[in-house]
Amino acid sequence: MSPEQVVEHHPTDPTLRDERIPHIWCPGCGIGGAVKAFAEAIERSPKGLDEHVVVSGIGCTGRSAGYINVDSYHTTHGRAIPYATGVKVANPDLEVTVFSGDGDLFNIGGNHFIHAARRNLDLTVLCVNNFNYGMTGGQFGATTPQEATTSTTPFGNFERSFNLPLLAASLGVPHVSRWSILHPRRLSRAISAAMETDGMGFVEVISPCPPNYGKRNGYPDGLDFLAYLEDHAVIDDGADLDQVGIDLAGEPLVLGDFRHEPSESYLEVKARHLAAHGVGGGA
Amino acid sequence: MAAAANGPLLTGEHFMKGDTASAEGAIAAGCRFFAGYPITPASEIAERMSARLPHVGGDYIQMEDELASMAAVVGASNAGAKAMTATSGPGVSLMTENLGLAAITETPCVIVNVMRGGPSTGMPTLPAQGDVMQARYGSHGDYPIVAYAPDGPQEMFDLTVAAFDTAERYRTPVFVLADQTVGHMTGRVEIPESVEVADRPRPEGEPDPDTFLQFDGEHLVPPMAVAGDGYRVHVTGLTHDDRGYPDIEPPAQRRMLGRLMAKLHDNRDDIVDVERFRLDDADVAVLAYGSTGRAARQAVRDLRDEGVSAGLLRVRTLWPFPAAEVEALSEDVDAIVVAEMNLGQYAHRVREHADCPVVGHTNAGGEIPRPAAIADTVREVAS
Repeated sequence: MSPEQVVEHHPTDPTLRDERIPHIWCPGCGIGGAVKAFAEAIERSPKGLDEHVVVSGIGCTGRSAGYINVDSYHTTHGRAIPYATGVKVANPDLEVTVFSGDGDLFNIGGNHFIHAARRNLDLTVLCVNNFNYGMTGGQFGATTPQEATTSTTPFGNFERSFNLPLLAASLGVPHVSRWSILHPRRLSRAISAAMETDGMGFVEVISPCPPNYGKRNGYPDGLDFLAYLEDHAVIDDGADLDQVGIDLAGEPLVLGDFRHEPSESYLEVKARHLAAHGVGGGA
Repeated sequence: MAAAANGPLLTGEHFMKGDTASAEGAIAAGCRFFAGYPITPASEIAERMSARLPHVGGDYIQMEDELASMAAVVGASNAGAKAMTATSGPGVSLMTENLGLAAITETPCVIVNVMRGGPSTGMPTLPAQGDVMQARYGSHGDYPIVAYAPDGPQEMFDLTVAAFDTAERYRTPVFVLADQTVGHMTGRVEIPESVEVADRPRPEGEPDPDTFLQFDGEHLVPPMAVAGDGYRVHVTGLTHDDRGYPDIEPPAQRRMLGRLMAKLHDNRDDIVDVERFRLDDADVAVLAYGSTGRAARQAVRDLRDEGVSAGLLRVRTLWPFPAAEVEALSEDVDAIVVAEMNLGQYAHRVREHADCPVVGHTNAGGEIPRPAAIADTVREVAS
């Protein structure tokens, strides 16, 4: 790169905590791309930086909160959603996004996800799915495809994996999308749509994990996984969600904005019931 | 329920259950967020809060478990609400995870533990005081904690108010360690027109995210910004610097944890609260807390009637430990009998500080010690 091409600032700098860069993520990791897509969604949002809140759990993706220039909370393993529930209920004016990984949200935090979906509080849940526990060295988790090799499935994964869009849609989550970091614009627009949806919005982000899942399953470089996505990704907003499980073994990997059916949110129901009982806010 | 649940403010004299009085104390203290999960013998607190909070502009939410309840409490407090939960031992076991988060992120919050018999599911409907050490050390790592021990409905009100005052004043989680007897006891509760409760220190002036330090070590208790204030704080359960950014090095740990512990240690004299009953000329002191304090008081009265010089040190703040008070007491008496509904948890700590023999009057939980039984132990010690 010649000196005149060097610029002092990146367009997304104001939305990131640039003083904390370089980040902790490995070369070829996809989380940075998800952060960029989220940052663009914040910039596109009618709400300012001071009205956004991001809550993360634990793990590689859990570190995302620390790089985004809004009030940001890096909480306990699996508990980002209930923590965010407290924030949102205590101050409904805030735009609250949960930004965490598949292990955090769907293994240790799985119960919280299904109840948050049932409750339909106005949260956006962004899940970076890299198919394993990255930070602890690549153990299998709830989204690891059956047969896949990880540091704790040396004979292949015996367990079935969650199909996250099907799970979310089955729970009535009003907005459900799945994109990959190979689809940054669509991903960012899906995050915006999830933020704007009354009630809960869920966006799954397919991402490489080169030194762990990738190394053990034939994608040692980030680009190897992106090449797989390029070959196998199919965009189908109207897909039958029963058929969008991910095997990473040659079946089409279906992406899309699968569901957008706004429904009355928890806070709207609460306001309606309290008003019906003549109970208003006091001091 | 004798006391009405409707009006925005409840004052005056009431015939009220201890659990209900705790809820009213919280509301009087400005609590406007409650997240919880049903559990015997604390469910009445959640029920009261679900009926009362909407009348005062507050929020009640029932979560899917105690892990989530405590996470929501810490989140709500970081969004600016005075926040609490109420549970019993099995629930506290799950809440200790996010209790640690509250401690390291210096988040004010109150946990009411209406203790029942343990371990595990134990004796859900019967009293015990087996969670005294859990309250102090239940979460991993070193951290500061405060625990109040009310002895009846009036103190369920008063000490819940005190718990909020302490939590907010020092930006720290605080326990109200009640027990089933106290929680389900109904009695006279006098609620004043208003109560004095500190609000957490808050930053002043125009928010400047570039210079604001959410964990500013120049203050013993740093001003706390909440979500939406404009300071763009970062709050993490990792060891962090004054800005709130992760710094996982021993010097950062020493600096952070040193101040966390100093917040309570340096203010111990303002926090510690004990009641001295007929101790001035006592030869043997009974040390008791919570509902056991009631039986101990009767034992002291009965002993005095028969000429035995007994007195009572009733500890209202189990943590921080009233070390100076116990040390001074042990200079004046021949022995201390620690009466508690567990197998000797607090007696250990009393022995560390007492310069006289310390005898435990314990039981395995499920039954309040009878005054006559405590008196028997005192007579044995005195003879």
